[in-house]
Amino acid sequence: MRRRDFIYIAATGAAGVGAAAALVPLISQMSPSADVLAEASTEIDISAIQPGQAIKAVFRKQPLFVRNLTPKEIAEADAVPVASLRDPQTLEQRTKPGKTNWLITMGVCTHLGCVPLGTAEGENKGEFGGYFCPCHGSQYDTAARIRKGPAPRNLEVPPYEFTSDTVVKIG
Amino acid sequence: MSFPWANEYKPSHPTMVWLDERLPLPRFVYNAIGAGYPVPRNLNYMWNFGVLAGFCLVIQIVTGIVLAMHYAANTDVAFASTEHIMRDVNWGWLLRYAHSNGASAFFVVVYAHIFRGFYFGSYKAPREMLWLLGVVIFLLMMATAFMGYVLPWGQMSYWGAQVITGLFSAIPLVGNSLHTWLLGGFAPDQAALNRFFSLHFLLPFVILGVVILHIWALHIPGSTNPTGVEVKTESDTVPFHPYYTAKDGFGLAVFLFLYCAMVFFFPNALGHPDNYIPANPMQTPAHIVPEWYFWPYYAILRAFTQDFLFIPAKLMGVLAMFSSILVWFLLPWLDRSPVRSGHYRPVFKKFYWLLVADVVVLGYCGGSPAAEPYVMISQLAALYYFLHFFVILPVVSSLEKPLPLPFSITEAVLGSDDAASLTAAE
Ligand code: HEM
Ligand code: FES
Repeated sequence: MRRRDFIYIAATGAAGVGAAAALVPLISQMSPSADVLAEASTEIDISAIQPGQAIKAVFRKQPLFVRNLTPKEIAEADAVPVASLRDPQTLEQRTKPGKTNWLITMGVCTHLGCVPLGTAEGENKGEFGGYFCPCHGSQYDTAARIRKGPAPRNLEVPPYEFTSDTVVKIG
Repeated sequence: MSFPWANEYKPSHPTMVWLDERLPLPRFVYNAIGAGYPVPRNLNYMWNFGVLAGFCLVIQIVTGIVLAMHYAANTDVAFASTEHIMRDVNWGWLLRYAHSNGASAFFVVVYAHIFRGFYFGSYKAPREMLWLLGVVIFLLMMATAFMGYVLPWGQMSYWGAQVITGLFSAIPLVGNSLHTWLLGGFAPDQAALNRFFSLHFLLPFVILGVVILHIWALHIPGSTNPTGVEVKTESDTVPFHPYYTAKDGFGLAVFLFLYCAMVFFFPNALGHPDNYIPANPMQTPAHIVPEWYFWPYYAILRAFTQDFLFIPAKLMGVLAMFSSILVWFLLPWLDRSPVRSGHYRPVFKKFYWLLVADVVVLGYCGGSPAAEPYVMISQLAALYYFLHFFVILPVVSSLEKPLPLPFSITEAVLGSDDAASLTAAE
């Protein structure tokens, strides 16, 4: 190899590596910052939620649905053949043992992120009696599983635990 | 570049001669938009929209820079600062209405400009680069307008940001990380608003840069014209100044008349009342729609409700929506007809108007709620849209027998070309 070719390749190579390295902070600065990532947890008192009722709470600045299912709603959810679902999961997999009536999910439609209707009294619960997303018409059933419309997945179940019979700690 | 008979720049004043020898900027302007640029003599009013689009960009940049002097990109105060512009800042209401209606006017003008291109085959050789740059400008405009609409941080701003950035989460494997990266969080918040403001400030200047490339690419072959027959001799052209400066000036006056009517008498007609409610991440408005200029694409997005083969409905909708614009990049190669202008292509012309009607239907459905019959109509209209570009256009353009073309622009205008060379020789 001629000396000139070597210098040429070495110089452009070094410049290329330098430029690529400079891109790292420029791209990475756009990812969530430390304060956004700091994982907060939230405690919710569920004692006032009667069977058939639901509330909308806030978890990490996003809506969270807490729903007390009626026996009929539980039976409806259990009657669905799991294999027929777009995102196959049973109600049991989506709740805590012995507490299948407490359906706790994010209130964020898995399509494009709107807040589905169905928590407050008189809101449209969709054809399957769970939640209805007004944005593009996704319908969720009484286990908050996607049944119809464009959403790909069931409403997400956040990590949570019961600290007592009436208090849940989310996150 | 340009034709051999173009007038030459001859500065007479000694200062201009001095300047011309050191920085020939006046010469550049003279050759670009002055008497030194010969243009087909038969351009109709559809050729006004390029200049109008440039004017809209200037309106947006000027009003935008002054709005940015009063606006604060912080989720706590963004909404309040917009209201502060409306109520407290001197003439703030005018500047803001000029900017928000300016965005709509910009899209009206650009749509006319694009559909002019569809009809007159402006995208054909040798103007492919010019066309491709135009599509790039349109994509940048969409991004700019979307991010601008987020800035007032009303309900529509917030949920628009949520839904549109959500589109990226449909991409397999990397979608969710990309979504988080774009927002700097898991939902629109401070990080997102702040970067959208930064980019909303930047992108118009990027657009300006691409516009300069667009005009550079235009000046190599020059404009096409309603006959689609290329310029042959000097009698086919007139100098841009004073002929088209005058014609464009008249068009500009008409445009300004309509634009001012919107700004002063119907400033909120195209807006959405929900955007006067501050952003609330806990409550989606019952009927969320984007701004009118995005409706056709929004209808295509929502037309996909079923998984298709192994592709989820969500991804299909997103792919179809982006493809509906990206297909314009292929247009110079999908249209195989040797004839440019729709005037001489009787079958193509009918399908052209069908496409226009189809886009209007899509737009109407995109602005309506996600319910029947709109979903089904969107599905049919979206299907037709792609059918037009991928089947009808290639087939019609290869089979159709075009009408006879005039020999030259001069002949098309005067009936015979000899007479034209005589008059031009005077
Ligand atoms: C391609 C050109 C541009 C387009 C299409 C555009 C579009 C928009 C739109 C649709 C809005 C929302 C208006 C509303 O809801 O009231 C907006 C807001 C805003 N834009 Fe632009 N814009 C452009 C250029 C610029 C430039 C160059 C700047 C500054 C350098 C700017 C600064 C702002 C500011 C500060 C706001 C927020 C205030 C408000 O909502 O009225 N824009 N823009
Ligand atoms: S965001 Fe819920 S259906 Fe689109």
